[in-house]
Amino acid sequence: MVRAKDARPQSATSKLHRQMYRDMLVSRELSDRMFALNRQGRAAFAVTGQGHEATQVGSAHAIKRGTDWVLPYYRDVGVMIALGMSPHDILLGLFAKAGDPNSGGRQMPCHWSWPEMRVVTRSSVIAANLPHASGIAYASKLRGLKEVSIVYFGEGATSEGDFHEAVNFAAIHKLPVVFFCENNGYAISESSEKQMSVLHVADRAKGYNIVGQTVDGNDILTVHQTTKWSIEECRRGRGPKLIEAKTYRFSPHTSSDDDRRYRTRAELEEWVKRDPIDRFRTRLIDEGELTAEEDAEMRAQIKREINEAVEAAERAPDPEPADALRFVYGDETAP
Amino acid sequence: MTSKTYIEAIREGLLEEMDRLDTMIVLGEDIQEGGVFRVTDGMLQKYGPQRVLDTPLAESSIVGVSIGMAINGCVPVAEIQFADFAYPAFNQIISEAAKWRYRSNNGWGCPIVVRAPYGAGIRGAMYHSQSIEALLAHVPGLKVVAPSTPADAKGLIKAAIRDPDPVIYFEHKKAYRMVKGEVPDEDFATSIGSAALRREGDDITVISYGLMAHECLQAAEQLADEGAVDATVLDLRTLAPLDRDAILDAAKRTGKVLIVHEDNLTGGIGAEVSAMISEHAFDYLDAPVRRLASPDVPAMPFNGALEDALLPSRETIAAAMRDLAAY
Repeated sequence: MVRAKDARPQSATSKLHRQMYRDMLVSRELSDRMFALNRQGRAAFAVTGQGHEATQVGSAHAIKRGTDWVLPYYRDVGVMIALGMSPHDILLGLFAKAGDPNSGGRQMPCHWSWPEMRVVTRSSVIAANLPHASGIAYASKLRGLKEVSIVYFGEGATSEGDFHEAVNFAAIHKLPVVFFCENNGYAISESSEKQMSVLHVADRAKGYNIVGQTVDGNDILTVHQTTKWSIEECRRGRGPKLIEAKTYRFSPHTSSDDDRRYRTRAELEEWVKRDPIDRFRTRLIDEGELTAEEDAEMRAQIKREINEAVEAAERAPDPEPADALRFVYGDETAP
Repeated sequence: MTSKTYIEAIREGLLEEMDRLDTMIVLGEDIQEGGVFRVTDGMLQKYGPQRVLDTPLAESSIVGVSIGMAINGCVPVAEIQFADFAYPAFNQIISEAAKWRYRSNNGWGCPIVVRAPYGAGIRGAMYHSQSIEALLAHVPGLKVVAPSTPADAKGLIKAAIRDPDPVIYFEHKKAYRMVKGEVPDEDFATSIGSAALRREGDDITVISYGLMAHECLQAAEQLADEGAVDATVLDLRTLAPLDRDAILDAAKRTGKVLIVHEDNLTGGIGAEVSAMISEHAFDYLDAPVRRLASPDVPAMPFNGALEDALLPSRETIAAAMRDLAAY
């Protein structure tokens, strides 16, 4: 059967928009499912970023996959989906299975690592990977390679010393780094006013003499364009960029958090009305790039895919207990 | 073989590796002008400011950017100006570099070298004299070396640079110009994880590292000359991983062991070596394993008399050796 979307010719832009929309849906469905699996007692822990889909998917589609270096943080399900990590692989991490590509079941879920895609391993320590991005970019510049590093973090990370040290170093050497802040207004329970006296994270860029931009993080096309411009500027050797995408997380910080203790339901409802996925769907339908039927079909298909991925990942083998001793050192020096 | 000072040997090791590896970078504070101790003297002129890199005064990012450089094809050798200033970088060393390979299930390696001048005896006071090696030797995923001779200083800096994992290289600042020795002229590396037998004797074994290894050796020579004690002296050279075979062999042969370090006593390297011997060579022991170390005070005072009162010396080492031999 030929489906309507296949019958209609698509421009490259339209194709990209549909892919981005699909990635947003996958990211949301997968994130909701990971939380549900935790509530069902099937997964020990979940950390996700429902509400961040426009910032994550929009920015990640500006990355040159396999060339540019990506240092995401634990909320970046959408970044990883956009880069091409499958829901199955992400779920292997949720269940801490041997086949978890990030860590073989060693790290908490969503602590990304994917060497083939230049996604660099990170810890749970906030902002600790920002200096890594600057170091990678220093090496790119020294070696004359036209590659860019993009590092993701929340606004809470900008309080850390490593934020300052990393941005300062990148600014001094005009390094190709995009510092991408997903500002959702809360660092666990602490609202932005407790983190900073400036209104916008991007204002901090002035202190380093670099370009800082604040964008509507729920507008995927603006996020995409801004990231694309920033990455290309970096590639041309014009120094680091700071992007602040303002958004909101619909979920608690993690499955161990109860966000009702620190923010009102009314505030959450206001943001849910501005759901980045609904917003992009409306736009695509208005522009004739998607029909309501295609949307329903796409959603149903994603649900099926994720059902299958959950089933397969949950059945996958655990690591061998003896593996806990491996890879302390590269030469396998016994611990 | 050519006679060189300890600092010349380190510099020579760095220079030879810089020549061999065009992506090697030395970075740190005041590196370009040669460093406060002048280890990197002349390197800027030879390799330029990109590879001989003056960093901002920010130790966390000195190590943090080194990690990034290492995973993108460069070979960084970071200098922390004084080991005392390494604490702001501890998160990068302990939570990042040390866990890098393990947490990625061998997806990534973290081949960085962090050099840190350490140790007392130069009237450097509280914040230019600290011995911090035990804190880092405790951390799995790190390798920790502390050479005492020029030959080992050169051989171990080369081994550290060529190692696939993070290596913390402690160089004793008092040894820089005071210690001289023969260094092989050809290219060589000293294997990480191997101790060196500096003297063989049948009565007792003295185990040490760094500058104290020299004090121990001199005390042993003096006691041998007096006909009082014939001691084996083992220089650990690597503090993590410890050379278990060499330690146990020496302990078993003499049955009496004294461990000496200038780092403070509690939780020091001596505690680990002592536990290792008690666990694996107990049946061979003729005396309790002894430790001689600086007492548990926070750091070295500036006043010379106060500093001397804390540090082990040839005299206190010799006394401890006599005491142990007489047990």
